[in-house]
Order: sequence, then structure tokens, then C-alpha cells
Amino acid sequence: MSIDLEEFHQIFFEESLENIDVVEQALIDIDLESPFDAELINSIFRAAHSIKGGSGTFGFTEVTNFTHLMEALLDEVRDGHRTLTPELVDALLKSCDCLRNWFASLQAKEALDTEISKPIAKIYQTMLNVDSSAGVSDTPVEPAGARIDADSASQDSVITDNHKTWLIEFIPDNEILLSGNEPVRLFRQLQQMGEYSVTVNTNKLPNIKSLVVDECYLAWTIQLQTDHQKQEIEEIFEWVADECRLTITDISNCSDQQLEESVEPVQESNNESVKIIQADKLTEIKHTTKRALPSSSIRVGIDKIDNLINLVGELVITQSMLSELGSNFDMSKIDKLSNGLEQLLQNTKELQENVMGIRMLPISFSFNRFPRMTRDLSEQTGKKIDLIINGESTELDKTVMEKISDPLVHLVRNAIDHGIEFPKERLAVGKSENGTIKLDAYHKGGSIVVEIADDGRGINCDAISQKALEKQLISSTEGMTDSQIFELIFEPGFSTVETVSDISGRGVGMDVVKKNIKSLGGRIEIESEEGKGTVFKVHLPLTLAILDGQLIRVGTEICIIPLISIVESLQIKQEMIKKVSGNMNVYRLRDENIPIISVGKEFGLSSSADNFDDQLLVIVDGDDCKVGLLVDDLLAQQQVVIKSLEANYKKIEGVSSATILGDGSVAMIIDIPGLLSMSAKRSISSNKHVA
Amino acid sequence: MNTQIDISNLERIGDDDHDSIEISLSSGEQYLVFTLGDELYGINILSVTEISGWDSAALVPNAPNYVKGVINLRGNIVPIIDLRIRFEVGEVTYPKTTVVVILSGLVDGRERTVGFIVDSVSDVLDIEQDSLQCSSSFDGTVAANYIDGIINAGDDVVTILDTNKLLSINS
Amino acid sequence: MAQLLVVDDSTSMRNMVAATLIHAGHGVKDAENGQVALDIAKENGFDAVITDLNMPVMDGITLVKELRELDTYTYTPILLLTTESSAEKKSAGKQAGATGWLVKPFDPEKLLHTIDRVLD
Repeated sequence: MSIDLEEFHQIFFEESLENIDVVEQALIDIDLESPFDAELINSIFRAAHSIKGGSGTFGFTEVTNFTHLMEALLDEVRDGHRTLTPELVDALLKSCDCLRNWFASLQAKEALDTEISKPIAKIYQTMLNVDSSAGVSDTPVEPAGARIDADSASQDSVITDNHKTWLIEFIPDNEILLSGNEPVRLFRQLQQMGEYSVTVNTNKLPNIKSLVVDECYLAWTIQLQTDHQKQEIEEIFEWVADECRLTITDISNCSDQQLEESVEPVQESNNESVKIIQADKLTEIKHTTKRALPSSSIRVGIDKIDNLINLVGELVITQSMLSELGSNFDMSKIDKLSNGLEQLLQNTKELQENVMGIRMLPISFSFNRFPRMTRDLSEQTGKKIDLIINGESTELDKTVMEKISDPLVHLVRNAIDHGIEFPKERLAVGKSENGTIKLDAYHKGGSIVVEIADDGRGINCDAISQKALEKQLISSTEGMTDSQIFELIFEPGFSTVETVSDISGRGVGMDVVKKNIKSLGGRIEIESEEGKGTVFKVHLPLTLAILDGQLIRVGTEICIIPLISIVESLQIKQEMIKKVSGNMNVYRLRDENIPIISVGKEFGLSSSADNFDDQLLVIVDGDDCKVGLLVDDLLAQQQVVIKSLEANYKKIEGVSSATILGDGSVAMIIDIPGLLSMSAKRSISSNKHVA
Repeated sequence: MNTQIDISNLERIGDDDHDSIEISLSSGEQYLVFTLGDELYGINILSVTEISGWDSAALVPNAPNYVKGVINLRGNIVPIIDLRIRFEVGEVTYPKTTVVVILSGLVDGRERTVGFIVDSVSDVLDIEQDSLQCSSSFDGTVAANYIDGIINAGDDVVTILDTNKLLSINS
Repeated sequence: MAQLLVVDDSTSMRNMVAATLIHAGHGVKDAENGQVALDIAKENGFDAVITDLNMPVMDGITLVKELRELDTYTYTPILLLTTESSAEKKSAGKQAGATGWLVKPFDPEKLLHTIDRVLD
């Protein structure tokens, strides 16, 4: 073997997973009632075909055999011999799941779970046997390995009793050359099989004037002494079988004389074989084993890479300009210097944005699973659902995408399960029979918003508060706004549907959804109107590696508040500070009473007692409500690169991570939810203390 | 390199046969000796990645008093522990001679880097592993948890610290 | 050393075929569908073309027909990559002017052996 096929496995796996997505997407897009969509069917066929072809070549026999069934059925559909029934679509969708599972195992170098394919294969076989005379059982596909053995055996075999002399009459059609089949090449093949001689028959050669250069007028008679089988000789002529007249006869018993005649060609044949051996050696030497370890990879558009290269080019120019300036600097060049630095800033910023862009993937990667899921859930529940997806090309950091996928799935499940009504209910309230779920993703400020909207029954505030009271999550709903009541569904252990349904009730509650989103530095909002529907808005950071931060001073330290959580900042007016139950300070902002948390006190950084003079209040979006953070000063706003504290230290409560500022010093990035829970714990314990 | 520490006030702890101990300069492992107050401590030099002067660190919220904060060490955030506070020895002042010994090693399979503030760095000793005396007599002191043993270096006693335990000091 | 054009929409297959041929000392260009292949073929000369059948945009059979229309590709060997199940595809390919075929699955050795059959 000249090439290690394993090199291509990883590409094959990734490509196959993409093909599975294609199949699934197309199956979902197909409208069984509409006229036959040839292009769609073809794309499904092609994807299945590619998986089959590749798996055969790379030796994944189970995959080949299974996709062979899919392909066989799809081929019939494509040719119009079979209609795409809901049952077939269903089986094909299940096959996608099965194949995904298999490819995951292959990637992990684990054994395949062949049980999962059996029921599906059975369905396919039944369909194929019942509906068509052409069974599939007669074409199990040989893995590539088997072929090597067969091939090398035929090439290396020594002279045995099978040694025979064959008389081959080969009369090609005139047009044979037009298919790229040069008879000389066929003879060369024969030469390799043994001793041969050839005589040419020029009878058909026309007069030079009527000779057409494209055409072949010659015929040949070949004698071949070989231990190869007749079948192997036929194989050489396989490609031209319908472009010639060919007879192959065994003349072993009368070959002595003819043997004499074949001396010259034999020598030629020896030369040929020498050449071939050398070529083999060459490939042997050139062969290098490269083993690509499976690792998570990301596909990056060439344009993104080109952009980076351009930017680095610009950076180099700026750098050389600055260093020249620096080596020969006087104050007259101060303008140039400041221009250069400005340019450097620009270059760095663009470079940073572009590098971050490499990690960005369109959210369609995450959205793509919803058509299938909606379809399945619609079947399961008997609810009719139209899914509308917008903003699929909105890009999101790969890590954010991976972590947000499950919460999004839960939200969509939730919308179908709790939001959308049954067709009858919908008709009864004058809505269309089909419910609509709308997914959207867009940029807003420095973050990405993903919306999951349904036009279902909306959130019933009374039911929620009732439930919350029962579960003792709250003591009274007095003074609670609707949106505060909506927030209750994110409380641990909250669920409004009496029976735990198969869809949403999988042990993961909305509280986990909210927690996951928070852990990504995002937040979730609910808007709902009873009878009209509900919208969940998930706000996510563009990336996890960089954060837009507000620098603040607390005592002598500089800390950072993520800009995304800041609502507003204000100078404290002493008279707006009110003390409420348990010695807690709140700030009256317009009509809201906002609890005040002193960052310095929570972090043990400043001991100054409740002295609000000269301090500032940064209003942030806390867990469920706004909170005012008391800080000593507001400094610059800037992007900061997130650095792990846990690598060398440990998790610090109230701090999500750290960063390095322009002067090389370290600053803590405040984890707002963490800080709030810290403060809550503290006030509880201090209250206990008081009591 | 010569010992340049003032050894007049060395505490001698549970050691009455120091004559039998020899310091081999040719074999065994090398230890970096540093001072905390009047005491001498040693740490395997292979785990020392650098020694730097003490500047300042960013305070860590609600950290124990011996965690002086975190610094930026070539882009990595590294915590700084004041061993004098942790071991309750010496005076906690930060003159210009105060140094930070940066140690690196694997903790739970992951590379971890921590800086330790000490009064000064004094010497490098070659120590035979089997000349270490067990340290049961330290029981009760904070330092006992981080000690491998003690060893005599001439008239001085050096407390040998366990790198791994030191690196896990704050977790 | 021959100049070869490899056409397949599957990246793994295309890479595998191309890498095998390159290791064997051939010059290789590749294309992910018939249309791209045709454009490349017009710009360059090739000693042989190896093409998959099922491809988006332009399939292998159309590619063969289009190539045969070009003066420079009248006699050029063109091999089809097929699967056993598509016997009628083979003959359709032959009708269009293909030289021969290489049945999937195949390994590098088989590929090189087949390519040698059509190279001078």
C-alpha cells in the first residue's frame, strides 16, 4: 500500500456527518403531497451514495451495508419506481440518527452499536423485497481489504497447471478511439499476464484518401501464454466489450509452433515488467506515514484567512514604520508617531476582530436540528407546528454555540409542549390550526440575541403565581409585576403542567436553562401575552475569549464589570438611599427600589462603612432584578481578554475570571450572579446574627 | 556559593546528632535554600522556575491573608502566597530584598504555577534523600503539613518543603 | 509522471485519490464537480481524467460528454468512479464516451493499477 488510508478517515467522518445533515434537511423539506422534487431526491441520494462509497473504500463495512440499503431504495425513488412514503421518510430519518451514532463511535474508535440499525434495515429489506424483484441480499459490498488480496494474488501467482495458451481475436469498432481506449494499452495489459505475440490484420484499412484519422481500421489476433484465467483476460477487455468483437479461445493443446514465434514480444514484456517494478519501488519510498490524530476542527472560509494575511501585512508595515521612526526620533516627528500609534491601534483591533471571526460559526449549525425535532414532536404530540427560522447566518463563537445548543433545544421543546395548543383548542379560540414557532438570531449591541417565539397560549400569570405559592417559592404575589411573575418559571423545581410530559419533563428544568445561559455570560428574557404567545430572548456574548468591560475602582483595586450586564451608572443622591428591612440599603430609582451591594465590602477590599459620598452606583441586571453596585470610581470601558484564575489558583466567589490591563497589572472580572448570591448569603447570615 | 545568612539565632529543633549528617556535593538532589524570618527552608530546585523581586499583586477578593494576590506572569495569572504568614514565622514586611520564588509542578495532572514570598534566597544545597530526617516532631505547626523532613547543613537546620503540597496550598 | 484530473464531490474520496496519485509521482489537479472540472480541463492539459458520477451542479456523465466535445480531449482516457449497483450507469458512461471505470470500493493499489491501464 502506498498510502495510509487513515489519513483520510477524519475528513470522511466530518464529510459524512455533513451528508447526514443534508439527508435529514432534505427529508424534512420534502413535501410528500407536492409534485416530485427531483433535485431534492437527488441530493438525498447523492449524500447516501457518498457515505456508502467512502465507507466502502475506507473499510467501514457495517456503514457500507447499511447505506447500501438506503441507496437502493433512494435509487428506486429517484428513478420513479417508488414513491416516497411517510414510512420511508421516517425510516430514512431514523437511519440518520443511526449513522450519526456510528460515526461518533468511529471517531472515538469505538465499536459500532449494530443493534440500532437492525430494525431499520429490516424495514428497508421488507420494502425492497416486497416492492421490487431486485433483492439486495445479492450485493453485499466487499470491503476494500478483500479486494487487495484478490488483486495481489492474481498478480503474484506462479506458473501452475493452469498455464494455458489463448487465442484472442480482437476486432474493434471504428469509433473505439473516441472513448479513449487505445488498443496498444490493452495489449500492454496482456503482456503483463504472460508471453504473448500479436499479428495485425489490416484488411479493413481504407485508401488513404477516405481514411478518417479518428477511426480504427485495424484488427488483431493475439496469442497469450499465461496462467491467468480466461475471466481475467476478459476483464482487460471489459471496458471495450461493447465496442468490439472479441473471441477468446483456449488453444493450449496445439501451441508448440506458436510458442516459437513469440520470442520478441516476450523480451518486450520483460522490459515492461522491470519498469513497473521500479515504479512500485518509487511509490514505496515516497510513502510516508502521517497519522492525523482526530481533533476538533473548524472550517474556515478562505476569505477569512486571506483577510488575516492582509491584516498581518498591514501590521508589519506599521511596525517597520514605527521602528524606523523610533531609531531616529526627535520631537518634530511627534505627529508621525501619534499617527503611527493610531494606525497600530487600528491594525490590532482589526486583527483581533478577524482572529475572533475564525471561531465564529453561523448559528444555522445549531438551528439545523430544529426542523427535525419539530417534526418529531409534532408527530408525538399531535400538535401541528410550522417552524420559521430567520437569521441563520448570524455568527456565534464555536464554544458558545456548543454550550447554547441544549438550552435552545429545551426552549423549543418547552414552546411546543407548553406554548402551542392542540389544533382543536386553537380553532376554538379562532387561531389557525397550525401553531407557529419562530426562531431568530440577530446582533444587538455587543451581543447576539436568539429569539424563540411561539403563537401559543402564552403564560398564565395566575397559574404561575398559584403554583409558586403552592411550592412556597414566594410568600405572596403582592407588588410583583408580570415580568417578575414570568421569571418564576426559572425557579428550581417549577413546572406548570400537571403530568410530567415526555417532551419537557426530562429532569431538566427551566432553571437549568437559565443557569447555562448565565454561565455563558448571557441572560434570558421572557415576553408573553396570554392567548397570543410567548417570546424567549436569549442574550449571548459574541465570544468567550474577549469581553467588553467597564473598569471600576474599588478601594485601591481595579475590577471589571461586564458591559453586557450594566443598565446604567449614576451619581448617588444621598436622599434616594432608603433603609429597608434588616438593615438593607435600597436606592430609589424612578419608581423602583434597587438593592445596593457594596463591591468593596463583598470583596473585602475596602472597609469604609456605609459612606455613600463620592461613590457611584452601577445598576446591573441581576438574577431576576436590578441591583446597584457601589463602586468608588468609573474608569474606562475597554475590551479585555479573559484569563483563567483557576489554572493556577481556584474559583473565587463573585469573580468569573481575570484579565491583564494595559499596564500589565491583573484585574478581576466580576461575576454578577455570583456576587449577588454572595451578598444574599451574607445578609442571611448577618440577619441570623442579629436575631 | 557560600551561605550568607545570619545563623546565630537558628532554632534547633529535635536534633542532637547532626554530626552524623554530611552534605554531599556530588550526588543527591539540589535544593534552593531560602529564609523565612530566622528559619531556613529548602525546596527542590527542579521545581523552581524563576526568582523575582516582589512588586505588587492584584488583591483577590475574600482570600485568606496569606494569599497576597495574583500577578501577571507573562500572560498567566499566578497567585502569590506569603509563606511567612502561612507558616507564622518572621515579620511580614516587604523591603526591597523581598523575593518571590516561582514554583511549577503537576497538581492532579495539570501544570500549576504559584509564587511564594520569602525573605531572601540564600544558597543551593546538594542533599541525599536518605539523609532527610522525619519530621514528626513538627506536628502541630502549620508548616508541618508541607514538610518533607529536616536536614542539617553545617550548623544550620534546613526544613525541606514538599513542592506538591506547596503548590496545592490554596486549593 | 502523468497529469491527471480528479473529480469527486466527496472531499475524503477526492483527497484520497489525489494523494494516492501524487504519491505515485503523478501531477494532480482536482475539482468538486463536473462544471469546475470542465473549467480546469479547458485551462490545462491532462493525460487522463478520473471522475465520480453523482455530483451536484454537473454530474460525471455530462462531464464526459462535454469533455469529448473539446478537441483536446477527444482521445483522453476518462475513468468513471462507480459503484457495483449502477450497471446501467456504466453503459450510460460508455455511451457518453468514457474509457472505463473503477468500481468502488477500491484501495490505492487498485486505483494505481487501473490508472496504469490508461496511461502510455
